[in-house]
Amino acid sequence: MNTARTTYEQAFSALRASGGPSWLPALRREAMDRFSALGFPTTRNEDWHFTSVTPIAERVFKVAPTRSGPATLSPADVAALVIGDPDWHRLVFVNGRFEASLSAFAGLPAEVRVTTLAEALKESPEFVAEHLGKLASGEGQTFTAFNTAFAQDGVVIHVPGGEVVEAPVHIVHIADAQAAGAGIHPRLLVVAEALSRLTIIESFASTGSFGAAYLTNAVAEIEVGNGARVDHYKIQRESTDAFHVGTTQVRQGRDSMYHSFSYAAGAAISRTNVYTQLAGENGETRLNGLYLIDGTQHADHQTFVEHLAPGCASRELYKGILDGSSHGVFNGKVYVDPVAQKTDGKQTNHALLLSEHARVDTKPQLEIFADDVKCTHGATVGRLDEDALFYMKSRGLGAENARALLTYAFAAEVLETIEVDALREGLEALAFARFTQSFGEQH
Amino acid sequence: MLKIDNLHATAGDKEILKGISLTVNAGEVHAIMGPNGSGKSTLAQIIAGHPGYVVTAGSVIYEGKDLLAMPAEERAQAGVFLAFQYPIEIPGVTNAYFFRSAYNEVRKANGKEELDPIEFLDLMEKKLKLVEMDEAMLHRSVNAGFSGGEKKRNEILQMAVLEPKLAILDETDSGLDIDALRVVAGGVNALRRPDNATIVVTHYQRLLNYIVPDFVHVLAHGRIVMSGGKELALELEARGYDWVKEAA
Repeated sequence: MNTARTTYEQAFSALRASGGPSWLPALRREAMDRFSALGFPTTRNEDWHFTSVTPIAERVFKVAPTRSGPATLSPADVAALVIGDPDWHRLVFVNGRFEASLSAFAGLPAEVRVTTLAEALKESPEFVAEHLGKLASGEGQTFTAFNTAFAQDGVVIHVPGGEVVEAPVHIVHIADAQAAGAGIHPRLLVVAEALSRLTIIESFASTGSFGAAYLTNAVAEIEVGNGARVDHYKIQRESTDAFHVGTTQVRQGRDSMYHSFSYAAGAAISRTNVYTQLAGENGETRLNGLYLIDGTQHADHQTFVEHLAPGCASRELYKGILDGSSHGVFNGKVYVDPVAQKTDGKQTNHALLLSEHARVDTKPQLEIFADDVKCTHGATVGRLDEDALFYMKSRGLGAENARALLTYAFAAEVLETIEVDALREGLEALAFARFTQSFGEQH
Repeated sequence: MLKIDNLHATAGDKEILKGISLTVNAGEVHAIMGPNGSGKSTLAQIIAGHPGYVVTAGSVIYEGKDLLAMPAEERAQAGVFLAFQYPIEIPGVTNAYFFRSAYNEVRKANGKEELDPIEFLDLMEKKLKLVEMDEAMLHRSVNAGFSGGEKKRNEILQMAVLEPKLAILDETDSGLDIDALRVVAGGVNALRRPDNATIVVTHYQRLLNYIVPDFVHVLAHGRIVMSGGKELALELEARGYDWVKEAA
């Protein structure tokens, strides 16, 4: 990537003129150096064994263009592209740039701060300095370093102790034709202090056609304080002209709960990382996900749950439905520290293959250094259950309808874990339409 | 209505049915009894169209049509219904949606108008009473997490919705306590009409106290070894299946 490295270096230098607080250039410089030194991972890297990012490495993604003038998308366009609800707080970004006219997030509790990263850097640079890049340092992580070096904007959420944010905060990222050939690096920083509650929904969508592939490289850092609960939904429905890499890095305090759901139906190559550290006693992590892919799509999920304190529980359920010659990957790592006695970990991964040419690679990795723990993992890769098909047909359902309904049911079982009604119903409707109308249609 | 003639069938390389002949007319209730492994559940599943068996000889004619040539869904659309011994769990699909889809496909296949969700709920209200089930059951996933008794009631509920011409109950009594048995049998009896027929497959005579058969057939080693009236079931209960095997 020598040519690419030089080009990225030049782009990086050009960006730095834009200013910001005094500590920021150093943070970015460190990330840029790290990005350059690490280079893009190859399949020799254990964490990327089943996912080749060559199509990303061989391109040079330009910095997303700054648009001046009014938004090109209307609120109705946004509503058609993402599942939403009028009650949710909404921040909309187009090609990585915040669109105030499409956003609405008044009505939050007075103490709760929700701002764009750009605003936060002006208004509360000390707060950002204290948290940005701390959980997602980019150490050994090319894409995270890449994001830190190039992130133009994003969202900062600070929920002080005991505050409850009732309605979800919906962060919408839309790429339109102007994103062709660009790299978009959204950043999310969440600090949910002790006993607070917050629900975040991140939606990634595309509109129009793209002459050249674009890259979304998102990073989220989430601190979940003692006794706090954060629900985090990530809905990735980008164009198949896109590459999507998303990394969420979480640290949880005592008695806290972090619940994550990843829906991945878009992008040519997608990689979704969810890394969480259970750093205080009796914390709970729930990581669920569903990916629906077709054609030559590739979807990779990697989870890493670090049990660093006693008495914590982690639950993972990921499901995939693969058609065409698509390729799915699930790599679930669990680490149990010597002090993390009474750890209760369960990881489940099921994939349904609708075509002879679809493929799944599953790799559970348990590293357990405490002796009084309960850790299990289970994985299945299969086709539709013949007994269930017969049961449905014996009630008069045609073979095609029975297959469609069973496929939908496979997806619905994990969608049921979504606790935001409008989101769950929206995704159920999408999955239902996808499998009952015609197989192989795009999300 | 149904004429089975010299039916032979295998599963894998094992011959399970070795020449079954049976005629069922409209309005009749037939009980098929027999020890475990006699082939009675296989017979029920072959009539319903289970793909796991190969018919090697014989024929099954249903209302003048070659039943064995029809896929399972066409049999159901033509009025054949099997209440499963082990109903299948389908997490993710609600009873309400599943029943309505099945009901409407059967209606469509018979040139009748489909019902919308609201009309269908009205219909379900009546059917639920028949098996003493709560409306909440409609919004649960099909059989998922149901108790044994709930699953069997759910089978009879489907039968009540689809109103089959030929209903086959495969060991519907197994695993039921006496109250559930009474409810299930009551549902089956309420659905009896002069123009439909029922085949009750059971190991025990108990169910036949509630669903009284016109004919009882005893299956052993893939053959009907004895046929008679309802009193045959009582005799079996008293004397056990060894008696039949010896008599045969």
